[in-house]
Amino acid sequence: MAGGVFAESGADLELVGIQKRFPGFTAIEGMDLTIPAGSFFALLGPSGCGKTTTLRLVAGLEEATAGRILIGGKDVTDTKPYQRPVNTVFQSYALFPHMTIIENVAFGLRRRKIADATGKAHEALRLVELDHLAARRPQQLSGGQQQRVALARAIVNRPALLLLDEPLGALDLKLRRQMQLELKSIQEEVGLTFLHVTHDQEEAMTMADTVAVMNKGKIEQLGAPEVLYELPRTAFVANFLGQSNLFTGPVEGTTGDSISVNVEGNRIVVPKSRAQRHSGEVTVGARPEKLTLHVTEPKPEAGTNLLGPGRVIDVSFSGVSTQYIVAIPGLGSIVVFAQNMGVGPLVGEGTETWVSWKVEHGFGLEDEAPRQPRFSSDTDTASIALEKKRALMSELEEA
Amino acid sequence: MAFSAFASAAPAQEPAPKRRSKIALLLLAPGVLYLVIFFLVPLFTLVTTALQAPTASGDIGQYVPGFEIGNYATVLAQYSPQILRSFGYSLVATVFALLFSYPLAYFIAVKVRHRPLLQNLLLVLVIAPFFISFLLRTMAWKSMLSDESFLVSALKGLSLMAPDAHITGTPFSVIFGLTYNFIPFMTLPLYAVLERLDTRYLEAGSDLYARPFTTFRTITLPLSAPGIISGVLLTFIPAAGDYVNASRQFLGGTGTTMIGNVIDSNFFDLQNYPAAAALSIILMSAILVLVIVYILLSVYVWKTGTEGLL
Repeated sequence: MAGGVFAESGADLELVGIQKRFPGFTAIEGMDLTIPAGSFFALLGPSGCGKTTTLRLVAGLEEATAGRILIGGKDVTDTKPYQRPVNTVFQSYALFPHMTIIENVAFGLRRRKIADATGKAHEALRLVELDHLAARRPQQLSGGQQQRVALARAIVNRPALLLLDEPLGALDLKLRRQMQLELKSIQEEVGLTFLHVTHDQEEAMTMADTVAVMNKGKIEQLGAPEVLYELPRTAFVANFLGQSNLFTGPVEGTTGDSISVNVEGNRIVVPKSRAQRHSGEVTVGARPEKLTLHVTEPKPEAGTNLLGPGRVIDVSFSGVSTQYIVAIPGLGSIVVFAQNMGVGPLVGEGTETWVSWKVEHGFGLEDEAPRQPRFSSDTDTASIALEKKRALMSELEEA
Repeated sequence: MAFSAFASAAPAQEPAPKRRSKIALLLLAPGVLYLVIFFLVPLFTLVTTALQAPTASGDIGQYVPGFEIGNYATVLAQYSPQILRSFGYSLVATVFALLFSYPLAYFIAVKVRHRPLLQNLLLVLVIAPFFISFLLRTMAWKSMLSDESFLVSALKGLSLMAPDAHITGTPFSVIFGLTYNFIPFMTLPLYAVLERLDTRYLEAGSDLYARPFTTFRTITLPLSAPGIISGVLLTFIPAAGDYVNASRQFLGGTGTTMIGNVIDSNFFDLQNYPAAAALSIILMSAILVLVIVYILLSVYVWKTGTEGLL
């Protein structure tokens, strides 16, 4: 964006029918997405889901195979990265090693011939509390400091849209939590539109106003973090964003505002308003922390789902809560999180227990839970490409 | 890879061992001995030869030890055009070698980075000329550029060259030969630094509003500065002392004599050993001064470290 104009506020980002094909596989399949100005938007997904490709498309570092990209209503699809009012905080930070910190931060301003580039760069460094290191070289800084410099180098340009490509990935847990809060407050302070790409669901939920969960080149579900968490629509979202206990079975009865599902002889009731499908085979679920453990069989009561008896097969303590895994014949393993209100675990391994949760905490999915392998595959882009190529080859051979 | 000998960033210095190991000294001994016998002793002989005086009888090729500082003044007065020409030619050849080598090295190191087979093939092609003797290759150029060559007769036939003009024996052919012969010495160090150029910096530059040329000027060029500096030194120093390209038997003529040729003829033809020695010392010191100035200037301009440059 030549001309030396500062964006006073963030701009909308609009992706219309974006498709990106690499030789051998499709990274993004017909994506439509609108990010309103001034919001903190997170693209969440496992590696290889196309989230980084989406970011690179917006930055102009990749060319879309089809579709349009609009920033602030202006079509930028055919423009070069240096012409877009967009700045990126790279995963590797990519701070120029031959320049001092202040030169790094002033780089973008100098290119746009903005007056008092150094002064503005110092201001940005003060925002990330690193002005005292302005004369150093990037390699003399710690990882966390480099990350903040990378952020300062991007926001000093007041881009209409700031792209964050897993910028906290290289930091240790404590620093990451701290930077999450800082990033959030900086975003509120400068009022820019942030598009944040991450595979860390906790990071996405703490920071973003809106989270889009991506899987296999598509957005599975989009919404506020609480909504996504409380009411996942697909099995992928239910499992990627936190954990879920999922049960599949036919709908056997419908009352005014709820459906009841028969899972291996057990009856699970889910409110109609929280279920995507109301007939046929459906998958319903509940979050582990909504579940309550009982050591004696409770009386069945309306408004509560009760499963059991089962046996506790694993207890693992994690500080604020304890995770119990309860095996119930016919239903498999059920995960229960219980707050550690007292001292020591509620029940030990091998104890006979019942599990219950309130009907209004359950949800019904629109797809069925896949028969999940024990470890979810965490494959990279290249191996996905290879897999798809093989699948295509075998398809061609069959034809 | 062998080319990492030119690598710029030396690995982080490890703390020196507290106790000097005897084995380390033992391992150093052959190298030190070699340098003393084949560098320090000849250098001393050279310095003394440069100060020798002619014998009283004035026989050709007969000299006695002396302290003739005047030898320097004599050769400087007599051969300053050749000295200046040497540095001029090698400077121009170095500039051309850099202009040809940079895109070549960039292409091999960055553009075909994801095709290792092609990359290795291209590298072999860069080194391939070394499989044939330097003299033979220069000779081949002489016949290709000679008056009887196809090229010259074609140019004359098309009236692009005057009928009495030549290519060989001109400054053009000498600089051409120097450039050609030293291109690999420029390309390899450039390749070594560009091969490790992180293209994410270029993406970051582009993301920060830098046009391709600005990205090159502000990021690629400074990051490859160590390679440019070592390539320039590896080309300029030997080119300044070269006496093959400029010799009349090869691409040169009477008007293209460089200091190497002067030293050569003083030593072998005129048997004026003090003059040849004085000229050698002048050449050596001049190169040393130029190189020091050049390195200081480069370090200042590119703010790059000196580690691994030499």
